[in-house]
Amino acid sequence: MTNWLPKDFWTRNETLVAGVIIAFCVLATLSDPRFFTITTVSDLLRASIVIGILAVGAMLVLVSGGIDVSFTAIAVFAMYASTVFFLAVWPDAPWPLIFVVSILIGSLLGAINGFFIAFLGLPTLIVTLGTLSIFRGFLLTFIGSQRISALPPSMRDFSRGVLARGTTEAGNFYSIPWAALALVFVIVLTWFILKKTMLGRSIYAIGGSVESARRIGINVTWTQFFVYVYVGALAGLAGIIHGSVGRMADPFSLVGLELSVIAAVVLGGARLIGGYGTLTGTLLGVALIVIVQNSLIVVGIPTTWQSVTIGILILLGTGVPAYRAKRAAARAG
Amino acid sequence: MSSERDTAFVDLRAITKRYAGVTALDSVDFSVQPGEAVCLAGENGSGKSTLIKIISGVEPATEGTIRIAGQERRTLNPRISAAAGVMVIFQDFSLFPNLSVAENIAFATQLSTHERFYKSRATKEIARKALERIGVEIDLDTRVEALPVAQKQLVAICRALASQAQLIIMDEPTTALTEKEVRRLQGIIRMLKEEGVAVIFVSHKLAEVLEVSEKVVVLRNGKKVAEGPATEFDTKSLTYHMTGRDVPEVPPSDIMPGAETLLQVRGLSKAGAFEDIDFDLKTGEVLGITGLLGSGRTSVAKALFGLVSPDAGSISIDGKTIPTGDPQAASEARIGYVPEDRLTEGLFLNQSIVRNVAVGRLDAHVNGGWLNMSALVDEAADWLKRLKVKASDIEAPVQSLSGGNQQRVALARWLSRAPRVLILNGPSVGVDVGSKADIHDIVRDLASTGIGVIVISDDLPELLATCHRILVMRDGRIIDALDGKSVTEEDLAHRLAS
Repeated sequence: MTNWLPKDFWTRNETLVAGVIIAFCVLATLSDPRFFTITTVSDLLRASIVIGILAVGAMLVLVSGGIDVSFTAIAVFAMYASTVFFLAVWPDAPWPLIFVVSILIGSLLGAINGFFIAFLGLPTLIVTLGTLSIFRGFLLTFIGSQRISALPPSMRDFSRGVLARGTTEAGNFYSIPWAALALVFVIVLTWFILKKTMLGRSIYAIGGSVESARRIGINVTWTQFFVYVYVGALAGLAGIIHGSVGRMADPFSLVGLELSVIAAVVLGGARLIGGYGTLTGTLLGVALIVIVQNSLIVVGIPTTWQSVTIGILILLGTGVPAYRAKRAAARAG
Repeated sequence: MSSERDTAFVDLRAITKRYAGVTALDSVDFSVQPGEAVCLAGENGSGKSTLIKIISGVEPATEGTIRIAGQERRTLNPRISAAAGVMVIFQDFSLFPNLSVAENIAFATQLSTHERFYKSRATKEIARKALERIGVEIDLDTRVEALPVAQKQLVAICRALASQAQLIIMDEPTTALTEKEVRRLQGIIRMLKEEGVAVIFVSHKLAEVLEVSEKVVVLRNGKKVAEGPATEFDTKSLTYHMTGRDVPEVPPSDIMPGAETLLQVRGLSKAGAFEDIDFDLKTGEVLGITGLLGSGRTSVAKALFGLVSPDAGSISIDGKTIPTGDPQAASEARIGYVPEDRLTEGLFLNQSIVRNVAVGRLDAHVNGGWLNMSALVDEAADWLKRLKVKASDIEAPVQSLSGGNQQRVALARWLSRAPRVLILNGPSVGVDVGSKADIHDIVRDLASTGIGVIVISDDLPELLATCHRILVMRDGRIIDALDGKSVTEEDLAHRLAS
């Protein structure tokens, strides 16, 4: 009947999450017409950049059959260490160089995860729980525990750069920062890797069945190693953007956000057992979490209910498809 | 002889394999010609898996020479072996449930050509060609997890073909297939042979692949004990060579005179599963329930034990009705159920052997809230001994046992609970021939002690060897009730299929 829709359109997590987002927006607009303005949209977009980049990385790990909880620690480590480094050595360095260093530090820390997971075959949750603690502890002990608001000037310049800004006739102010391009770049690059390269397909294959992947000759070790290095690199990028846009290098920020990010990814249909996850779903999940975190107040739900709401969404968003699958399996058996 | 060596696709000479002092293979010669199908038969531990591992390059041989495609292979690894055209289809098929049919078929091919980029159109082309070759249509975009077992197997065959397979090794290819699916597989194998592809079947269940094979090789304790044209073997002679002894299947003795009705099932129905199931079971009787996959036989078995809630009907023991859909009530009424899939439903695989039995008797050894551990373990160990479970250490995990011994452990657990009715679903699935006959002995012995036994199975010789009566099911209904002594295997097969 509707051939242009994928066969499983109505049963996908993406559809469910998109539906919830639309329902929320309609509800919010009805209770406060000011909600549905370009200001809100640009605010939400800004809030999505860092979480979005982190979520893309977390999704990749889930697809490969692992779980990473250390990426926030990597992000903050890379951001703070590179800021401290350039303040000491070359405060006037251009921002792209600072970004590259942060990404390299992130990749290096990711490689440490990758070494334990891919080469030694240790469980991913255990390894990343350990490194989460180690990276954070190392940062606070050896690099610094002071918030730094006097950032290298080029980072401030970066945060001032906008793709578009203005005021609508109705007086709604909006601005879209350069950082949005970073999210777009990450999405396009990850999409390319996952959909267009054998490396990306191997990540899905490993998530589907490690044993089968080995048997047909996929290099499981290096593929897994790549995943953790890539996630580290994304965390390094997200961290430095977070520092620049927030105009402060705060060694206490970001850590604690990892569960919300994983929640966003899981809401978008990625499964903890591995092998399943899409960029569309991940971005929708991020959008939903960001909307709930920022706009719940508009529909009259107190902000203290945020985490309850997110929890309910996770239970419904992942529970409903799982329950449906179980029913379908019971019927088939 | 020498010309045969020259044309052989795989030719192994005097292969010996030792693992830490244990000889798994002892100077075995083995060869396959292009377009030839060979049955490699043997019980668990006979060395057949080791032989396959050597051909596919997973394990190096300790001694002997290996020639594949006319070339002597001094070093062999899975990559070299695969590049030469040796493809193994494992029992679990080694597919990716989350990927599409097309990708599953083409993945290995694309890896072997060192593709860096994934091209959806080329992938589908590879898959389409492979499916065309065996004349099967499966939607290329469907995820493999959504396919039935038989189609998964076809996808695995296509994957091997897409990778230019010259020799396909199939591990237990027919265990999960219905009769119709086995026929289709046989057709495909014949076609492949005509194209010059060689096939090795590794199986316990041989009758079905014997028909399409040219040669049979039997291994026992690491030695080749028989080899010859498939036409010279039948199930009985194979069993003899595999076990090294005749395994006579004695028909069940008569039901004791004066046996009373133990279990009464009346009008048991569940929409979409089974309808109007009526039967009685006497003390000491073995009742077979058979039917093709999907006939409802497993649902009925589960309903008797309360694992499936029927919509209507009653079950009573000694005239007392027991609540349906309640496994605990069934268990209290002393009904036991040994499921078909020991691995996922019946055993705690990584727990010890003795604990797997003891768990059935926890309630009997509780004293004031405390568990009498030593009494519990002693009783369990005693049952393991009575059922002759061969285990060097009863504290070892149950997954270290062979299929036959695992089944005995599952039986021991239920027998320790002194059941009145014991339901055995597929008692010898995945069990080798020797153990199978032993399990049948156990079933007959149980019945002679007055237990009512229900055997759910599609293994016809098994039913004939154990059952006093056989109920045939089709589309959820009982269509025939046959006397186990007078019915023949052919008659039974006919009634099942028609």
